[in-house]
Amino acid sequence: MGLEIAGLSAGYGPVTVLRGVDFTARPGEVTCIMGRNGAGKTTLMKAIMGLLPGTGSVRVAGVEVLGLPAHRVPGHGLAWVPQGRRLFGPLTVAENLEIGGLLRGNRPEIRAHVLRLFPRLGERLGQVAATLSGGEQQMLAIARALCLEPKVLLLDEPTEGLQPSMIALIRDAVGQLRAEGVAVVLVEQRVEAVLKMADRVAFMAHGRVAEMVSAADLAPGARQFAEFVGV
Amino acid sequence: MSFGPFLLLALMEGLVTAAVLALAASGLSLVFGVMRVVNVAHGEFYMLGAVIAWFVTTLVPGPAWAGFLVALAVAPVAVGALAAAADRLVLRRLDYDPEATIVATIGLLYMIQQAALSFYGPDARPVAAPFDWRLQLPWFGYSGYKLFVVLAAAVVLLALWLFMTRSKVGLVMRATQVDRDVAQAFGIDVDLVYMAVFGIGAALAAVAAVLIVPIQQAHYLMGHDPLLLSFIVVIIGGLGSLRGTVVAALVIGLSDGVISMFFSPTLAKILATLLVALVLVFRPQGLFGVRDR
Ligand SMILES: Nc1ncnc2c1ncn2[C@@H]1O[C@H](COP(=O)(O)OP(=O)(O)OP(=O)(O)O)[C@@H](O)[C@H]1O
Ligand SMILES: [Mg+2]
Repeated sequence: MGLEIAGLSAGYGPVTVLRGVDFTARPGEVTCIMGRNGAGKTTLMKAIMGLLPGTGSVRVAGVEVLGLPAHRVPGHGLAWVPQGRRLFGPLTVAENLEIGGLLRGNRPEIRAHVLRLFPRLGERLGQVAATLSGGEQQMLAIARALCLEPKVLLLDEPTEGLQPSMIALIRDAVGQLRAEGVAVVLVEQRVEAVLKMADRVAFMAHGRVAEMVSAADLAPGARQFAEFVGV
Repeated sequence: MSFGPFLLLALMEGLVTAAVLALAASGLSLVFGVMRVVNVAHGEFYMLGAVIAWFVTTLVPGPAWAGFLVALAVAPVAVGALAAAADRLVLRRLDYDPEATIVATIGLLYMIQQAALSFYGPDARPVAAPFDWRLQLPWFGYSGYKLFVVLAAAVVLLALWLFMTRSKVGLVMRATQVDRDVAQAFGIDVDLVYMAVFGIGAALAAVAAVLIVPIQQAHYLMGHDPLLLSFIVVIIGGLGSLRGTVVAALVIGLSDGVISMFFSPTLAKILATLLVALVLVFRPQGLFGVRDR
């Protein structure tokens, strides 16, 4: 179950970016997506969230969500942590979390669970999101998504531009979600991070998933890293 | 009368202008803030509010205040519903493209205006004030109804502020304003939010018009000035900022009252327009606006 994508094509107006993506992410696993800048990783996430018109199939826990109006997609158990965080900047931390939990009725036990994962946010509930530090903002972006209690969590470069201690914190959170049975889809560009976290890795090129391999079959100098990421 | 009482009278008149302006402009500002739509038909929603108030007060039997209260309830709802329908049928189909929506709302302006001319006619018609109590000051008597207008506008603005900052729907509107796509990714039906915002924005103009119509009479061309002044207020205050809108309305309304009384109404308009030019040059985001949202 988890997330199953078959033959997904999508783009921006006349520009086609994704040309038949096949991809799966299983519950309790971290599936990483790698690919060069412009390979279409972010576009894939937007298409999954129903924010771009597309053809093919996107199933969440067996339910087809492609073609639904965008606001009907997350209710099926999909949450998105966008690249660059895209918080509701003028809103407070608490209000950002409230938006995250709208579809789940903002039940207090979900909020408590999320704040246990990121206690620092609990101390800053009244603070305006735009005034948080970069690391705190990323925590909030993840926490906001978790308020939706997702079955599938899409994370688009969550550690981009963060210092090591913050990266470790976010990595721990991802590990815990995996243990809770969430299907985690993680766009990540750094090889060592992928090798540490991933169960499986999808390599994107030319608007497709060119290769999908088990992380156990990858070593730091693997051919795929050179071919699809250029490192 | 000496200078002091004259100034007091000017300020009181200015306060009435400011109160009505703040209401109308907050509707324009809300629509632009959340939807990024410049609603050129805003003044016609105002006019329509006044015209509907005239119809309602002529139809409702009994004392003047009864008809007025019914108008105060009916006009905003009717105008808001019409605006919501215009959003659904026109603006949504244009995908809220900024230029296309300007042209579309210009079209809407003429349609509403001509409809008013056809069904209501070219005459200016008075609406009786709901009560005619006068406040007797040592130097002059003042219409108690005008004071009521200021009070009512303050109450509506306070309610709007509480709605936007404290209610769940207000929160959803503010989130949509910041990032429409991410809002959708958390289950917010942006189409519904836009329809509600456009309706509320128009309803605010209608409330302003119902309040003013016992002072100014209803006329099918009365939407021009409020549109222009609302734009002035919203540019000075910062598009999308409710607090800025209220402050700018006070500045424009009070200075309009004072300058009109001691010099001339034309000078007041000239200075207001000059102020807009200065704000656009030196602080394009407005006095209270935030640069790039
Ligand atoms: N809004 C848009 N309109 C048109 N084209 C776009 C838009 N957004 C992205 N693209 C194009 O789509 C392609 C894929 O972009 P995308 O952002 O998905 O890449 P990415 O793999 O996420 O890259 P990065 O590693 O830099 O984040 C690029 O060629 C980009 O120029
Ligand atoms: Mg990207």
